[in-house]
Amino acid sequence: MKGLNISVLVKPVPDPGCYESIQIDPQTGILVREGLPNILNPADKHALEAALQLVEQHSGRVVMVSMAPPNALETVKEGLAMGADEAWLLSDRAFAGADTLATSRVLAAGIKKLGLCDLVLAGSESADGGTAHVPSQVGEILGISHLTNVTWLNIDTDANVRARMKMENGYIEVEGALPMVIGVSRGMNVPRYTSLPGILAAQDKPVKVLGLNNLGLDPGSVGLAGSPTQPGKLSRPELKRQGERLEGEPAELAKRIVAIMRSSGVLS
Amino acid sequence: MEKKQVIWVIIEQVQGKTAAVSLEVLGKACQLAAEAANAQVVAVALGSAIGPLAQQLPKHGADKVFLVDDPRLELYQNDTYSSVLRRLIERERPDVVLIGASASGEELAPTLAAQLGTGLAAHCTNLRLAADGTLTMLVPAFGGQVIGEIFCPVQRPQMATIKPGVFSPVGLAERTGEIVQEDGASLLYDAEIRLRATRLVVEEPPGMPIEQADVIVAGGWGIGSRENWRLLEELAKEFNGAVGCTRPALDQGWTGGEHTMIGSSGKTVRPKLYLGAGISGAAHHMVGIKDSGVIISVNRDKTAPIFQFSDYCVAADFRDVLPELLAQIRRAKH
Ligand SMILES: Cc1cc2nc3c(=O)[nH]c(=O)nc-3n(C[C@H](O)[C@H](O)[C@H](O)COP(=O)(O)OP(=O)(O)OC[C@H]3O[C@@H](n4cnc5c(N)ncnc54)[C@H](O)[C@@H]3O)c2cc1C
Ligand SMILES: Cc1cc2nc3c(=O)[nH]c(=O)nc-3n(C[C@H](O)[C@H](O)[C@H](O)COP(=O)(O)OP(=O)(O)OC[C@H]3O[C@@H](n4cnc5c(N)ncnc54)[C@H](O)[C@@H]3O)c2cc1C
Repeated sequence: MKGLNISVLVKPVPDPGCYESIQIDPQTGILVREGLPNILNPADKHALEAALQLVEQHSGRVVMVSMAPPNALETVKEGLAMGADEAWLLSDRAFAGADTLATSRVLAAGIKKLGLCDLVLAGSESADGGTAHVPSQVGEILGISHLTNVTWLNIDTDANVRARMKMENGYIEVEGALPMVIGVSRGMNVPRYTSLPGILAAQDKPVKVLGLNNLGLDPGSVGLAGSPTQPGKLSRPELKRQGERLEGEPAELAKRIVAIMRSSGVLS
Repeated sequence: MEKKQVIWVIIEQVQGKTAAVSLEVLGKACQLAAEAANAQVVAVALGSAIGPLAQQLPKHGADKVFLVDDPRLELYQNDTYSSVLRRLIERERPDVVLIGASASGEELAPTLAAQLGTGLAAHCTNLRLAADGTLTMLVPAFGGQVIGEIFCPVQRPQMATIKPGVFSPVGLAERTGEIVQEDGASLLYDAEIRLRATRLVVEEPPGMPIEQADVIVAGGWGIGSRENWRLLEELAKEFNGAVGCTRPALDQGWTGGEHTMIGSSGKTVRPKLYLGAGISGAAHHMVGIKDSGVIISVNRDKTAPIFQFSDYCVAADFRDVLPELLAQIRRAKH
């Protein structure tokens, strides 16, 4: 095996710290996300870290692939600063409103367009949609093996893959061979920080923006039109409760809590 | 008369034992079948030497069971399981396919949906089935801050995953159902197996599973140390309860492990009583406890968001209140 060509799928997402302030427009019923700062999806940094470590071990190249609006470029550059060699932004009005299958078709087309690719790494779930579908669906569309929720990964020089996939109370060990798509669980590693030299180097790294036509996709297979799922109404879950304040010294507070435990039937 | 709707539930088994989530989903399927008046519930079980398990499924609501018993299906693995299920679905054409969002179900479901070119709704918090067969699927996004309706208007089957702890199983001791043995050899060809699952390592965590506990004492970043964490464990022990945690507490290594994390990327729980300490109340955590009976929270910051989501708010340092509480509970029990 002469070095690894790795694509890392990265998704710019609104900063999860701001999700409490997301509003639903009462008139249109659409999410108001304007003004929320975008960050690189936290899980994707673990995927990128895994890619960078594999390339340190085997040599090779790391190209990030992202489907997002053009203004996401700034966010994607953080990955270049971490050490990725190149970024491809797949951007087209026709991609808007995609469900996971339509998203995966675009990402798979981007990866095919890249040509030689031994390994595709993704985060195991995004912070915003959070379906955890995309790694498996990209694998299916590319017609190659895939695994997700992977907590440990080893690739030898003959392109054999050994991986541990997280299960409820443990893991399952799986063997296969490249090419493969792998969804990286946050337990796999600790992503590196971006360094100043990294940030400076990122300025000169190649960034490509591709649309529907460059990717040779049928407009009916992407975006809302190409999505088998269709969204309906949005709402916010009702989480609020009465919130009675208990006051007093610790002994008094404890006494009140004991009384509540009794009345709710967990203490006799 | 409208066509009889057919709802499939894919049964997950680990070492010959049915996963709790599969029975919960089967329970929901029964409820949907009743809503849509004219629906049939079918359980589909894959594995090796799982006949006894399949026999039990009618008691949990299956009108019919497809059983695929094949040594190659002993351990879950996405290309074997999806090949078998894809062939069965293409042959039988169910209207709805429901899958538990366990670690393996979370992978199997999107794999199958992509093979079938159909839609999949992730981590549904509720489902409704109309008489015309339209399934309304409610899914959380943005860490549970937003709930969206999802439909799959054209493609079939309509597919959905459901996390553990969201629905309740049903027990119908008298119910019997037809068990159909399928032939593994015609549903799975060796040549299409690219991955090999070589071994499964499971460690049953000690103590009461958090989903089953009546009392959960949960701690967050504010607990501050492993030492302090023991206080939560002692409190939980008084109730034969469980200790839950937030993600920052998990990351600190103070807790019993990942199976005790509550929230959008962890467990959904509904104890009779939840006592949280040193937890700020991020939506990511709160969506996992929203159906709890009573929520009591202890936080030294009067303005902590968790107080808006609690029945009782204790604005104090947990180090002052919880030791006193433990002492009083012990006294009360003697
Ligand atoms: C309220 C709401 C509910 C939704 N529910 C569903 C649903 O139930 N079913 C459904 O099919 N769609 C759903 N969607 C749409 C879904 O969020 C989008 O299709 C999204 O583009 C991809 O899915 P995800 O964010 O869930 O990705 P996940 O599958 O959670 O992401 C896993 C990994 O895939 C990669 N990845 C994902 N998206 C991209 C991207 N655009 N560019 C590069 N890499 C990427 C990243 O590495 C990421 O870590 C929903 C959207 C909203 C707003
Ligand atoms: C994609 C994604 C998924 C996530 N999924 C989950 C999830 O499933 N579950 C989850 O929990 N989190 C999840 N998180 C993290 C979540 O957003 C919050 O960061 C987390 O819930 C906060 O944990 P915390 O309340 O323990 O910590 P903090 O927010 O740091 O709060 C600590 C609290 O302790 C209080 N405190 C400090 N000292 C004391 C004291 N001595 N006595 C009393 N109170 C004290 C403080 O006032 C503060 O309110 C997720 C995040 C992302 C991005």
